[in-house]
Amino acid sequence: MTFASILEWLIKGFVWVMILLGGFAYLTYYERRALARIQVRIGPNRAGPLGLLQPIADAIKLIFKEELMPARADKLLFFLAPIITLTPALVITAVVPFGPEGLNFPLFGRVITWQIADINVGILYIMSIASIAVYGIVLAGWSSNNKYAMLGGLRSTAQMISYELALGLSFVSVIVLADSTRMIDIVEAQKSMWFMVLQPVGMVIFLIATLAEVNRSPFDMPEAEQELAAGYHSEYGGMKFALLFMAEYDKMIAICIIAATIFFGGYREFWFLQNTWFSVDQTPILGPVYVFIKVFILLFGMIWVRATLPRIRYDRLMAFGWKILLPLSLALVFLTATGILLAQEVNPLFMWGIPVVSLAAGFIAILGMYQTLRRKEHARA
Amino acid sequence: MLLEYAAIAAFIFVTILVGFIAIILGMLFGPKKSTDVKAMPYESGMNPIGPGTRRMPVRFYLIAVLFILFDIETVFLLPWAIVFRKLGVFGLVEMAVFIAILLVGYIYAWKKGALEWD
Repeated sequence: MTFASILEWLIKGFVWVMILLGGFAYLTYYERRALARIQVRIGPNRAGPLGLLQPIADAIKLIFKEELMPARADKLLFFLAPIITLTPALVITAVVPFGPEGLNFPLFGRVITWQIADINVGILYIMSIASIAVYGIVLAGWSSNNKYAMLGGLRSTAQMISYELALGLSFVSVIVLADSTRMIDIVEAQKSMWFMVLQPVGMVIFLIATLAEVNRSPFDMPEAEQELAAGYHSEYGGMKFALLFMAEYDKMIAICIIAATIFFGGYREFWFLQNTWFSVDQTPILGPVYVFIKVFILLFGMIWVRATLPRIRYDRLMAFGWKILLPLSLALVFLTATGILLAQEVNPLFMWGIPVVSLAAGFIAILGMYQTLRRKEHARA
Repeated sequence: MLLEYAAIAAFIFVTILVGFIAIILGMLFGPKKSTDVKAMPYESGMNPIGPGTRRMPVRFYLIAVLFILFDIETVFLLPWAIVFRKLGVFGLVEMAVFIAILLVGYIYAWKKGALEWD
């Protein structure tokens, strides 16, 4: 560890933080424009060409806002909570690779990789950082000395830890498929086939669970405007609010990056383009471009969900997480393991049993859910 | 490999620094004219009654305890998932037994109504 390597880490970290912050700013713009389009409006179009300067105007406005500290709030925690929320949202992406090995370039005698840290327990790192994200929100809610904020923080905690189980189990099926927890190995294991195809239900569970993890609609109970004002950030204003908001949107970006990496082939091309010019083996520069395109599409999916689905009731939210997602994802881990074992010992064709059987399991789960809801409807009538 | 963790530490340091800088920017440029009414906790225009942080429903604790139980299960699944291909059929049966035991607890919790919210 020399001075040069410390400098390299700091610069890389700084550049990546700046990219994420810029991504946050333009994600708010992207979301507002896309939502407006879906609702047959125009959206922000005044500041700059096409409204492109809108995020900058928002940021400047927030800097010049007065910040209030509610009476009898826990001053230290109230100050620290936005930072505790923001840090995990940004550092969770540290282990994700953005380009193939062929894209590493030498600079001042050092080889610069397209990854902050290449650790061999990448998935474990992501899981642990995702758990830490709970603290900031619950501390923000608790330290405000406000009933709405408190309730928002509590709801958010309960929801995040409930859906973390399904999230963790969907990570386990990825590990079983890739036979490694290192992110580069996981991406390279998707060379011949994306895990999205091998484990489609696992991918859906991952996307649903992460929507709940980041408190996005339709799971945005912690900040349900109609009941809780703004939930855990009711009392925040100015830059502190901006940090909480930033954390929320950077979490969205982060989970889209992670989803793209573990289910959609990361920086790799479509599996059927393997030996063409579009492959990252032949054109390494396309790696980050692929990640960007995948993240862009996944983000649009999240915005689309927000525009389309109504908010889910809290008891149903918990029931869905505990009674459907948890057993289903456990079953999927087992199905994946059995399929791989059969493919390894008997016939490689058994690999295709995994998506078929898991789709059947997902269908059974949906059927069970439908039946229960219909029975409840019947009992009420 | 350990050096990679130092890189993560540097990254965490940078993010914390960015957070502090942002908050300090807001403190420097924002007006500071706090009054008693402004400092009152927001409650949709009503004067707040009682303390802001009060007792919470016990269900939240129940969820937390259940979470620990099943999160430990996930933690046990992770090392198994990594060495699974080496263990073969033995590993699969072993894990089936483990999950079956946990399923008994899961069904018990379900039947006792621990998973019901209302």
